[in-house]
Amino acid sequence: MNTAASPLLEAKGVTKYFGAITALRNVNFHVNSGEALGVVGDNGAGKSTLMKILSGLYQPSEGHLIFEGRPVHFSSPRIARNIGIEMVYQDFALAGNLPIYENIYLGREPGIRVGGLTIIDKAKAREMAQAHLDKLKIHVKSVDQPVEELSGGQRQAVAIARATAFDAKVVIMDEPTAALAIKEVGKVLDLIKTLKDHGVAVIMISHRMDDIFYACDRVMALFHGANFADSPLGKTNRNEVIGWIMGTKDHTAQLAHDRVH
Amino acid sequence: MISNNPGLSRFLESYGIILVVIVMMAILYATQPATFLSAGNLSNILKQNAYPAMLALGMFVVIITAGIDLSVGSVLGLAIICIAVADKAGTPWPLVLLVGPLVGIASGLVNGLGYTMLKLPHPFIMTLGTLNIARGLTSLISQAPISGLQTEVRYPGQKVFDLGIFTPPAGIPLSFFLVIACAVGLWFFLNRTNMGRHIFAIGGNPQAARVSGIDVDRVLVYVYAICGFFAGLAALLLAGRTDSGFPLAGVGNELDAIAAVIIGGASFFGGRGTVLGVLAGVLIMGLLRNGLNLNNISPFWQQILIGLIIIIAVYIDVLRRRAATRK
Repeated sequence: MNTAASPLLEAKGVTKYFGAITALRNVNFHVNSGEALGVVGDNGAGKSTLMKILSGLYQPSEGHLIFEGRPVHFSSPRIARNIGIEMVYQDFALAGNLPIYENIYLGREPGIRVGGLTIIDKAKAREMAQAHLDKLKIHVKSVDQPVEELSGGQRQAVAIARATAFDAKVVIMDEPTAALAIKEVGKVLDLIKTLKDHGVAVIMISHRMDDIFYACDRVMALFHGANFADSPLGKTNRNEVIGWIMGTKDHTAQLAHDRVH
Repeated sequence: MISNNPGLSRFLESYGIILVVIVMMAILYATQPATFLSAGNLSNILKQNAYPAMLALGMFVVIITAGIDLSVGSVLGLAIICIAVADKAGTPWPLVLLVGPLVGIASGLVNGLGYTMLKLPHPFIMTLGTLNIARGLTSLISQAPISGLQTEVRYPGQKVFDLGIFTPPAGIPLSFFLVIACAVGLWFFLNRTNMGRHIFAIGGNPQAARVSGIDVDRVLVYVYAICGFFAGLAALLLAGRTDSGFPLAGVGNELDAIAAVIIGGASFFGGRGTVLGVLAGVLIMGLLRNGLNLNNISPFWQQILIGLIIIIAVYIDVLRRRAATRK
């Protein structure tokens, strides 16, 4: 991690109002290439709102975004996607009836354009999907398998493969392990490490300290819609991070632990 | 047993329906050996089922998206009256041939735009509305049948090729070839083009389609327009076969179309089904009617049997879904 260089994606002074409610107040954010950032905070702390601003679903009321050193404005998720910011949804957002390879290229099918339609090159789509899965070390029986036949962990892997199929530079994941069986969590976290190795910036919202301390390089905490804490993982510990979620700093490990049930 | 053998279960899922058709034909042949396989009866079956097949192909596209179009019977009625009126007004036949599909597409656009722009809770509502509107319009245009159409206008629905081996009126109807051509075209559209796959994706998980950048509403408008287009083609075939346009044409046919699609293995939950299955579903309903007629069984029994088959077909779909969903 080279924090001296300008960050890959940056948010400066972001404030977001929903009517009378202030969801985010003057929030600063940054993430670097090849960095895995854990975002923590209590429900309503503004994590999801911030992620939706980064992925173009919401526009900030104040403040601005900077991508690769240039100010950017995302009027829709499509624009964010076009410059390489992808979102992996908590419920995977896959079409269970379609095979793996079709899910990966859904909406961006390879083929020949003929008068507004694309005649899909299925062989090429299969080949590309297989190569991409291999690159991410994701093993499936066949790219022709319908997604509904997959386990939760495999589905999450396909969702991540879809997000990264077109040279994503930033992948935002909302609770990537919340819907998974325990034994599958490790595989998904390893996949996040693989993404990092390919230079992708990963932003992960999670409530699970195990996940954050296994896969992330840095953790940032939001509290009541504002920046609360930000630290490299090596300089903090679980109990301190849990304290941040509760909005407490400088408590003893014992006290922070006592506050969590 | 079947669940332990994915190869066999996949084969049955894809082609089991063809087995059902073959078994039905064998039973009909056993009960009526002289008439059933006669050239006259077989060409009659093809002729009679051409227009329901068109309706079912259109309905299939809608059902893939987990939608429904209740208006196709009424749209057929509106289109057939428009064809007849246009024909009687002395419109040149190439234009009259276009009237049916155009009325169908226009009605489909109304369905699709109404459903998506008004954000109605389910297409059932929008198409129930247009079912009534189109039928009312039909009767406003003409309350009496209009018969005696130009030869060229009748041609698609009436022409039979005897190929030098059949004695007229037996032979292979042109409408059969039109159905096959439409089915192949639809198969290509649904399986080989991006919009076809988007239609399946919308049926599988509309949210997934949306976050993949697919304009779901726009695709749905096309879907209902395609369904209307097929209803218009069905009107053209029926007009040709009956040499008329009549205001009660197509009453209740939307239910037959839905039944054929479901019997053919498409899922009411969306995202599943094949063109081949839809054609088989139409044929199963047609053979059932034909066989019961040949055996002098009351048409009321036909209704009862078709009702039972629909329930069984959907139950099979429910079982299949339960087997496919992982615990």
